[in-house]
Amino acid sequence: MAVIYLDNNATTRVDPAVLEEMLPFFSERYGNPSSMHAFGGSVGRELSQARERVAQALGCAPGEVVFNACGTEGDNTAIRSALASQPEKRHIITTRVEHPAVLNVVKHLERKGYEATYLGVDHEGMLDLDELRDSLRPDTALVSVMWANNETGAVFPIHEIARIAKERGALVHTDAVQVLGKIPIDLKTLPVDFLAVSGHKVHAPKGVGALFVRKGVQYRPFMLGGHQEHGRRAGTENTTGIIGLGKACEIAQANIAHENSAVKALRDRLEAGLLAAIPEARVNGSTASRLPNTTNISFQYVEGEAILLMMDAFGICASSGSACTSGSLEPSHVLRAMGVPFTYAHGSIRFSLSRFNTDAEVDTVLAELPKIIARLREISPFKRQEGEAPACTC
Amino acid sequence: MWEYTDKVREHFINPRNVGEIPDADCVGEVGSLACGDALKLFLKLDENERIVDAKFQTFGCASAIASSSALTEMIKGKTVDEALEVSNQDIAQFLGGLPKEKMHCSVMGKEALEAAVANLRGLPVAPHEEGEVVCECFGVTDQTIRRAIAENNLSTVEEITDFTKAGGGCGKCLDRLADILAEAKGQKKELKPLEIAPAKPAGLTNMQRMKLVSKTIEEEIAPSLQKDGGDIELVDVDGKTVLVKLRGACSSCKSSQVTLKQFVEKRLREAVEQDITVQEVR
Ligand code: FES
Repeated sequence: MAVIYLDNNATTRVDPAVLEEMLPFFSERYGNPSSMHAFGGSVGRELSQARERVAQALGCAPGEVVFNACGTEGDNTAIRSALASQPEKRHIITTRVEHPAVLNVVKHLERKGYEATYLGVDHEGMLDLDELRDSLRPDTALVSVMWANNETGAVFPIHEIARIAKERGALVHTDAVQVLGKIPIDLKTLPVDFLAVSGHKVHAPKGVGALFVRKGVQYRPFMLGGHQEHGRRAGTENTTGIIGLGKACEIAQANIAHENSAVKALRDRLEAGLLAAIPEARVNGSTASRLPNTTNISFQYVEGEAILLMMDAFGICASSGSACTSGSLEPSHVLRAMGVPFTYAHGSIRFSLSRFNTDAEVDTVLAELPKIIARLREISPFKRQEGEAPACTC
Repeated sequence: MWEYTDKVREHFINPRNVGEIPDADCVGEVGSLACGDALKLFLKLDENERIVDAKFQTFGCASAIASSSALTEMIKGKTVDEALEVSNQDIAQFLGGLPKEKMHCSVMGKEALEAAVANLRGLPVAPHEEGEVVCECFGVTDQTIRRAIAENNLSTVEEITDFTKAGGGCGKCLDRLADILAEAKGQKKELKPLEIAPAKPAGLTNMQRMKLVSKTIEEEIAPSLQKDGGDIELVDVDGKTVLVKLRGACSSCKSSQVTLKQFVEKRLREAVEQDITVQEVR
């Protein structure tokens, strides 16, 4: 059975062109880029080229790119570095809807004696910038706000956020893992100090990422050891991964218009089709400014894991913000922060598309999912009878 | 994704006995939309209280639907009293097992059955609704928790969450769960005061404190944790801060902080000094 992969905010397939470029570095070109000999040195030059490609996609200087393992590492490093370089400042601002790579670090720091403010979001998943303004303090070391939310696709006004924070003397970090390849990034005009991206969200392999560190910003490395990455991230580079990330960035940059036209059109067709075919469904964050590839839809009276498993029978892959898919028993913290009612939050499904998806795949989902929801509603004790009030208004 | 047995998958994809019995002799309802799972069970009985038909409606994940399906299959043909003998473990076993985090789905089946019988007998509340609500997030009472501990031989707070959902939300009730668990396991009774405790001097010297801490850990705390597959090692005593390492099952246990605070620290405070704090080193 062919897989219909609509879970690209979780991870993406490696682009064949990326793979092709990586392959020689697994076999004949295995030199260590730090070696003095020409065999390793030539790999070092490829690494520099990859750095240039990544810098190009981010709109920054190659020297401002630090290669690492993933978005989580970038987020961790940026936050810890920002605090370590300003020991007199003890306050951090972030949001309630961050990825755990940020949320769990901030919670950990709170236990270590830092103070944190978690900005809330409205029912569309958007921040209130006045709340940010009111939260900033002279001892605010860092504002860490994601650029786009992984669950709903809501895009935050990061330029505005960075400007407000910088005016008050705070450093700014943004988790841009979901943004790369979907929204143009130009760090020349975006005044953030740190920005984290991850390879596997942009058709490069897993295990490689990059952190932008603005030139002149004080930096405290997370990994200590050799002099790799100019001492900013020790450890022999994941050469093949970095080569892949470089190529993926080049392709992503070339495809950004396609992402915002063809992929977006496909997403919109899927969303509109599902809403038309399935009663009591709603898009979480529908009117917010959104990533072109993401839609998060809730189906009332049914539970997300059950929907996912039934879709799995047709090879359809997506994600759910329902509690039952995670170790936790509460539905997604993002949907809860948005005040999505429980009746909807438990039955939420995130579809995230990529340039590899096709019209035929969307057709299959549009044909099968309404039947799946109807079947699960048949089993559910909460299905709404004709003319009856909603089962729950919480 | 959860590792489900083929039987769970089969009962999820093709659940048996879905629907309502309009003229049911009794109906049992548990759970709610807010909690993320709910089950409504309909029973039709003959004159001897034998279950001639059982149907269900479930809102929930694959294991909740499969557990409901399994339950109806298991109780059909049994008398009400025989059906009541079916435990949540039996439901899980019928399905070839459930992931431990999903055991509460089998408990929900058992509770729905009890609710249906309570409805049949004209009793006002199902047994699980009695007692004091311990977990506000999921409305779980102390009675439900004690019962789950006894029936399933639970030994950690994490297991209580797996079986009852209590503690799976905001986490406010975790301390109370640890207390209930300790009580249920008779740990409080087992912890006999040390002979030295009554004669505890007002201020201990460092040496005395060190000795007393290590004696309490060695003789009481470690053996008690070992019973549950865990262990503890004293690393250092720095003033009134006791540094320990958790070993075995405790080291990977999500509720280890609860164990540290509610059991280790509490016991050391009783046995050694009121203001001792315990910290974990990794
Ligand atoms: S009160 Fe028990 S988890 Fe919130």
